Amino acid sequence: MIRENPRSDDPSRSSAPLVSEPPNHAAPGARKDNPMGDPGPRGYFGDFGGQYIPESLVPACQELEASFRTAWSDRSFRETLDGILHNYAGRPTPITECKRLSDELGVRVLLKREDLTHTGSHKINNVLGQALLAKRMKKTRLIAETGAGQHGVAAATAAALFGMDCVVYMGEVDVHRQELNVFRMKLLGAEVRPVTTGSRTLKDAVNEALRDWVANVGQTYYCIGSVVGPHPYPWIVRELQTVIGTEARSACREILNGADPDVVVVCVGGGSNAAGTFAGFAGTTAQLIGVEAHGGAAMTRGIPGVVHGMKSMFLQDEDGQILEASSISAGLDYPGTGPEHAWLGSTGRVRYATADDVEVLDAFSLLARLEGIIPALEPAHALAFVIRAARAGEIPSGASVLVTLSGRGDKDVAQVLEVIGP
Amino acid sequence: MMSQEKVPAAPAGSGSEQAQAPGKLEATLIEQRATGRKLLVPYVTAGMVPDWPEMVSAALDAGADAVEVGVPFSDPMMDGPAIQEASRRALVLGTSIQGVVAAIAHLNAIGTPAPLFIMSYYNILFRLGLKRAALTLARAGITGAVLPDLPLHEATAWISEAAEAGIANVMLVAPTTPDDRLRSICNAASGFVYGVGRMGVTGEQTDLARTSRQVAARLKAATSLPVIVGVGISTPEQAVEVCQDADGVIVGSGVVRRIMEGSSPGEITRFLGSFRRALDAG
Ligand SMILES: Cc1ncc(COP(=O)(O)O)c(C=O)c1O
Repeated sequence: MIRENPRSDDPSRSSAPLVSEPPNHAAPGARKDNPMGDPGPRGYFGDFGGQYIPESLVPACQELEASFRTAWSDRSFRETLDGILHNYAGRPTPITECKRLSDELGVRVLLKREDLTHTGSHKINNVLGQALLAKRMKKTRLIAETGAGQHGVAAATAAALFGMDCVVYMGEVDVHRQELNVFRMKLLGAEVRPVTTGSRTLKDAVNEALRDWVANVGQTYYCIGSVVGPHPYPWIVRELQTVIGTEARSACREILNGADPDVVVVCVGGGSNAAGTFAGFAGTTAQLIGVEAHGGAAMTRGIPGVVHGMKSMFLQDEDGQILEASSISAGLDYPGTGPEHAWLGSTGRVRYATADDVEVLDAFSLLARLEGIIPALEPAHALAFVIRAARAGEIPSGASVLVTLSGRGDKDVAQVLEVIGP
Repeated sequence: MMSQEKVPAAPAGSGSEQAQAPGKLEATLIEQRATGRKLLVPYVTAGMVPDWPEMVSAALDAGADAVEVGVPFSDPMMDGPAIQEASRRALVLGTSIQGVVAAIAHLNAIGTPAPLFIMSYYNILFRLGLKRAALTLARAGITGAVLPDLPLHEATAWISEAAEAGIANVMLVAPTTPDDRLRSICNAASGFVYGVGRMGVTGEQTDLARTSRQVAARLKAATSLPVIVGVGISTPEQAVEVCQDADGVIVGSGVVRRIMEGSSPGEITRFLGSFRRALDAG
């Protein structure tokens, strides 16, 4: 569907093979009709994933995998979670057809509105599921890492809802960048611990949360915020986010008279909203596109590595030292990507592209002006790709394009004001 | 050198290398243990100060039975504040695995009274390529490697490359490791078994965790490999106490902190000498 643009000099913009028939590479244990299946007991998606963790955490990860397997096939657990997602988080979220933006671009743009959930981003889907699991496992303490603060706020929210103690690790740099979210977490009763080691950003917050977990593994549940980390996390988080894709697929079929969208475009930080969305469409012929921040493009500029418990794609130097990501959106400021994305990229089922800060700000403003929706900067990356690809004719006119609007832009307004001025 | 038969254990992921004669690290540690002495294994982060090889020599001068040299990594998940900071400084100073290997090769060329082995994180070796990494280490006379983020079930490829190159695959056992897994790890390990003394990351502690002696005792009952306990061993008294069960101790964060605070090689020798004397006195 998407045509190559040979004039582009960005490798991520021109390397797209024309994918008409998605190859049906199956992960071990995957169902034929859904290439995004169960990664099996060792947690491998093709060559990626696994469990590269200190011996001290091995029993905890094994316990977690067993507990999740049981809970996930337990009807009453699923019904309880569905009830909470409905009554507390506001699911299902609607699909909004963007009439004015569609006219402007000549393609039919549909938005999956995760921005309308409680706490304002898809992160809530994951934390409610994990906190419910933690309760079931009789854990009393929830820990989390956060970059922008969205996952931290969501985790603090879930901890409040379930009456658990909550500690959120956040890089010192991000604590200063995201003061309001720090205050939100405190209001919700969480303790925010600034991380002063390493680059003092998200990747160091993950390290510090892992260190806390090693020391307090008995009572503590580590609620990771994306499809990253050691097995079973990438699988658990994807399963918990699949609600996005499942809802979106059936809603799209209503809107598109029984058809699936031609193209599905989602932003990728660690990759949870993308994995959840793709899981609903991986078995269709829709073309799947993941959009990373230009300065955090582990899929397009990274190489395979082993960090944070997983074998995946990372920005790193020749010696294997992990580099810092840099992007206008703190939520995409992560030098790695989840292992399932590494695998989906290697099979060609998903194409990964990038968007830079300038076009992201344009997309942010355009959606606000044309549709009355201020998006978070993260999904503005997906919109920026759609705008660029539609204008370049890479997406043929009239094509239907689903974009997951993973969060609302309120958290970013002050920052954008600083950058573009009043 | 004495030949060492290992306790038959639960079927492990390893296998073929078990038939090989013990490498230099294992042979040396077993020999020293046979003399009745407790093993002292200091740790130094390579590159944390420009004269770090002198710190390794200082540790050897104190009567170390082996020295663990940390190859710095940007994301040292298993390390506490002291070794994190040392790793950060080392990377700022431009430390690379090639540089560390070359420096150790140089120390070995001059001659060391005890074997040197490295500790690092898996990505450093993974990026180099496991075969190339194993050969590179072996050629420099590095006798083994500890990779705290490579648990047994991910280690198959590394175990065979390390065995082929003749370097020890030191493996960690934690207080939470169940018995059957503990036996499998001992069966796959070579050089020595690293007992993680406490649930937590590296760092100095005022008290010895109860788990330190427990993990040592469990390991001693399961393996004839040397059992050396690290993580949280900060004073000579703690070292003596844990050695009531363990064959030896690893002393890391205390050394690294002192080096960061400006201790001279002579001061490091004196610091570690206090461990040596306490262990020898029993
Ligand atoms: C609104 C929003 N979208 C996307 C992301 C990126 O995360 P992921 O790639 O896991 O969906 C974040 C992370 O903070 C976010 O807040």
